[in-house]
Amino acid sequence: MTLPDQHPNRAVRADHLLIAEMVTPGARVLDVGCGDGALLELLIEEKKVDGRGIELIRNNVNACVARGLSVIQGDADQDLSGYPDQAFDYAILSLTIQATRQPRVVLENLLRIGRRAIVSFPNFGHWKIRSSLLLTGRMPRTPNLPETWYESQDSHLCTIKDFSDLVGILDAEVEDAVAFNSRGQRLAIKKSLSLQNLLGEKAVFLLAPRGRT
Amino acid sequence: MIRPGYLFWSGNRAGPEPENARMSAAEPQIDPKARQESVADAALRQVSEPDSQVVVFPEDQPLRLDSGRDIGPFTIAYRTYGTLNSDKSNAILICHALTGDQHVANTHPVTGKGGWWETLVGPGKPIDTDRFFVICSNILGGCMGSTGPASKNPATGRPYGVEFPVITIGDMVNAQARMIDHLGIGQLFSVIGGSMGGMQVLQWCARYKDRVLTAMPIATAPWHTAQNIAFHEVGRQAVMADPDWQGGAYYGTQARPSRGLAVARMAAHITYLSEKALQDKFGRGLQNRDQHSFSFDADFKIESYLRHQGSTFVDRFDANSYLYITRAMDYFDLEAEYGRLANAFTGTRTQFCVVSFTSDWLYPTRDNKEIVKALNGVAANVSFVEIESDKGHDAFLLREDVFSATVNGFLNAAAKKRGIA
Repeated sequence: MTLPDQHPNRAVRADHLLIAEMVTPGARVLDVGCGDGALLELLIEEKKVDGRGIELIRNNVNACVARGLSVIQGDADQDLSGYPDQAFDYAILSLTIQATRQPRVVLENLLRIGRRAIVSFPNFGHWKIRSSLLLTGRMPRTPNLPETWYESQDSHLCTIKDFSDLVGILDAEVEDAVAFNSRGQRLAIKKSLSLQNLLGEKAVFLLAPRGRT
Repeated sequence: MIRPGYLFWSGNRAGPEPENARMSAAEPQIDPKARQESVADAALRQVSEPDSQVVVFPEDQPLRLDSGRDIGPFTIAYRTYGTLNSDKSNAILICHALTGDQHVANTHPVTGKGGWWETLVGPGKPIDTDRFFVICSNILGGCMGSTGPASKNPATGRPYGVEFPVITIGDMVNAQARMIDHLGIGQLFSVIGGSMGGMQVLQWCARYKDRVLTAMPIATAPWHTAQNIAFHEVGRQAVMADPDWQGGAYYGTQARPSRGLAVARMAAHITYLSEKALQDKFGRGLQNRDQHSFSFDADFKIESYLRHQGSTFVDRFDANSYLYITRAMDYFDLEAEYGRLANAFTGTRTQFCVVSFTSDWLYPTRDNKEIVKALNGVAANVSFVEIESDKGHDAFLLREDVFSATVNGFLNAAAKKRGIA
């Protein structure tokens, strides 16, 4: 779940910056799969949020708590069900959904416990991945998805279109969707899902459960 | 990670002792019987004249117990470390475990050993006494100066013995709250404790929500399981089966149920250690001999170690206190008290940090996670850390860097938020 580029001394990630823009100041935030707490710290610093985290890897949890963050050791598949409805203003799942066992249940829970859900994920529809699979006939490996298929925790990779479909099935509203290219820059394309799906290496979705907004 | 000499010191909660104490060839030449009596006498003196601060609540201010009975007058013996700041915002209450006491960070008046949590509490330590005002009181029912079964019953002029009322974790906490009132402190910056101390922390958070800013329940459980009760019952039966127990009225006689209490301690001690720790430390190693003696001597190192744990414990601890305190732990069940565990924490604004240890099978991670689940259920502010350790339940008393960093980080961040210098 923890990505190599999540390191406290690294420059702030572009998707983290975008998430920080989406979150309103002082909000109650749950970061599911919070890694070493970089996003939580950014949100607490920049947006004065009341931030909590869930993280699977013990060393990451220990590091977070030792830095004063409220983080529990747990897992998105098992530990979200215990939270009450709308306990948070934002439930964030940052580059984690592809590593959950039941992405649909996890997303349902996010939309239940958060008034908004923010989900970022690596886009398996990116042209480099498509062409790599087409040309080599093997599972693609990119800087974003560096592991071999047999070592990767990412059991549920999806494309931007796939994810949109699931959002539709769950009857949630997409309030914003931003794709990033391989250099971490935001793509200006907002209208065309097909183009985002082709050119975006990562995507960030801001979702709201319908009827609750 | 662990100073070698401290591996098993926590077997004697009164303080660190070098491992293999009494196992080494170079044993000091003191008549063991004489030594034992002087320690036992010193322990007995602590019941009525503790080396502590004390607060006595008079008869007209009794404590209403969960059983419905009143107890009064009653005494709470406590120690404090550091200085209370002017707005009284830096007080930390430490709750001790079953056989612990108020001497958390000073030399123990009976055993002469260091404080039981000196790894964590002291100047510059994670619970920094240069910064915080740290309070630790002997629990109600204890034998180190707070009112317990060895104390004099004002109604009869004799020690209570089994006439002492059965108490609960809640009663211990209510008595502590009276002591905190006496110190003039409204809200505690933190309430921290492991094992039974953790149960008191949880009870504090349930009963005195506004008086606890942060809380660290460590290696604990929201209720006692059948297995927990079973081990305690073995211990109690061992004490009561000792003819020297005399129905609990052994005070003032020449005999004390030392053999029974030692067996209770030996059985309990096994539950404090992991199987791996036992195996690594002792294995099938023989004690001061090359071959089996074909007798019931302590052939094995583990036997010798447990016997040592048992015999040092009975010197300093009152057998009736052991019965009452284990009973209180067995009665502990926050879920039963509040209908649903989460209800115990409804509306809490306390910031929690729950800690468990991987090899703790007495209060395993599973039990600690029940607390976390309940807190999540009321959207409380909670951190949860499982510390990797092969030392079993006693890991919380040992020097463990990751654990220290957790305590340090949690308290630091909260102190910063609260504006404590």
